[in-house]
Amino acid sequence: MRFFEWFGNLALFCGRLIRSAVTPPYEIREFVHQFDELGSKSLPLVALAGAATGVVLSLSTRDSLIRFGAKSLLPAVVIFSIIKESGPIITALVVSGRAAAGIGAEIGAMKVTEQIDAMEASAVNPYKFLVTTRVLACMLMLPLLTIVSDFFGILMGWAANTVAEPISLQLFIHAGFKSVTFNDFLPATLKTLVFGVLIGVISCFQGMNARGGTQGVERAATNSVVLASLFIILADVLLVRLILVFFS
Amino acid sequence: MPGKDAKPDSKKSTPPVQVKSLSKSFGKQVVLKDISLEVGQGETLSVLGRSGTGKSVLLKLIIGLHKPDSGSIRVKGEDVTKLKLKELNEVRKKVGFLFQQAALYDSLSIEENVAFPLRRHSNMSEEESRKRVRELLASVGMEKDAHKLPGELSGGMQKRVGLARALALEPDILLFDEPTAGLDPITASEIDDLILRLQKEKHMTSVVVTHDIHSARAVSDRVALMRDGQLLIEGTFEDLQKSRDPFVMQFLNGS
Repeated sequence: MRFFEWFGNLALFCGRLIRSAVTPPYEIREFVHQFDELGSKSLPLVALAGAATGVVLSLSTRDSLIRFGAKSLLPAVVIFSIIKESGPIITALVVSGRAAAGIGAEIGAMKVTEQIDAMEASAVNPYKFLVTTRVLACMLMLPLLTIVSDFFGILMGWAANTVAEPISLQLFIHAGFKSVTFNDFLPATLKTLVFGVLIGVISCFQGMNARGGTQGVERAATNSVVLASLFIILADVLLVRLILVFFS
Repeated sequence: MPGKDAKPDSKKSTPPVQVKSLSKSFGKQVVLKDISLEVGQGETLSVLGRSGTGKSVLLKLIIGLHKPDSGSIRVKGEDVTKLKLKELNEVRKKVGFLFQQAALYDSLSIEENVAFPLRRHSNMSEEESRKRVRELLASVGMEKDAHKLPGELSGGMQKRVGLARALALEPDILLFDEPTAGLDPITASEIDDLILRLQKEKHMTSVVVTHDIHSARAVSDRVALMRDGQLLIEGTFEDLQKSRDPFVMQFLNGS
């Protein structure tokens, strides 16, 4: 029963969010602030996670490919898997850990200390000022962060491979991108728009529904991360299937 | 024509805050039961009662943060329970609210907190609004801390800033939720003095919710005492003192 109630409330929340997002006045300053904040705080983490994924992919694929006698395919396999899947999903999960917890805790704290009430009392719609700006920032920032993660992944994938067997970056890129088309890159990167919306909506929803002092804030932060990560993985299953249908 | 003349007159005499047979429950818990109140122009009404008797909920109902189960609330003649959000927001701009813990936005500086309603609801230029913020902060004695964050201030100082923010849009009505709770007696009486000064200078209509009997005595024209979500007695302080009701006597004398 509570499960359905939760989804019902989430749907109502999304309805309010959409209404606030499409009607003026627009909180452009706050949006720019949130966009900047999210980008600058997530960038180092995303770059690091992307780089690590590149190294791991390169090392483990190299081993398998040698066994099958297909070593020359290594650049293509690394680049393909980073662009198609590991780049987007790793970025989304890292940002969900970083930003969802932050947003859930921040809005949750504002809720339990009556700051949201104060905002409404001064005739400012918190859905417009707090929620819309954050959801939009998450949505538009994720594809950009994904590109950063892809870049560092490919770079470090090459570096890890070069340690074992020197090959120029130029050759690595050339061999790798030979079979990668724009149709591989674009849908995989744009699907992170959906991940961004999930992170923003779920963390704002948890924050706005926080109740009961510091414990409520803690619950909002934890649930934001757990649910956002879970929904991202579930949505990915669906999106990968859809992309295969439309872009292959 | 007499009818025509009578109209603006009757509007003038309409009390700014009228609450009629108001009831509110949260789940099974009945918070307010059949409350009726009126606050006249320029008058200060204190709503007294023990902690947790639904006094704060009454204030939040007046400004439309909660919806009542039944009854009506008229603020400056408009029934806030029936208004759409846009219309409700127009009413809210005429009402200042000082929250119990001040509820300052903790990511914004003191100055930005006070400027927050101004930036959104007035056509002031950046320069004018900065000047107005300085005036407001000076009026509550906080101009020196304009660049600090709320977390760096004491409870009493936060309340002062909260008051400056509530006054930013020059409201006609002020709602105070426990303005002196959690403050030492000296700071509490300073806040009381600020409230009194506002009444004298701006003739504002105020509703003060409090359990602090000294504060209520200092600032109010009339008091209403609540018990278990119901209005027990209403009148001047003298009226209350004449009451033989044991609860009223206990509340006034503290024993």
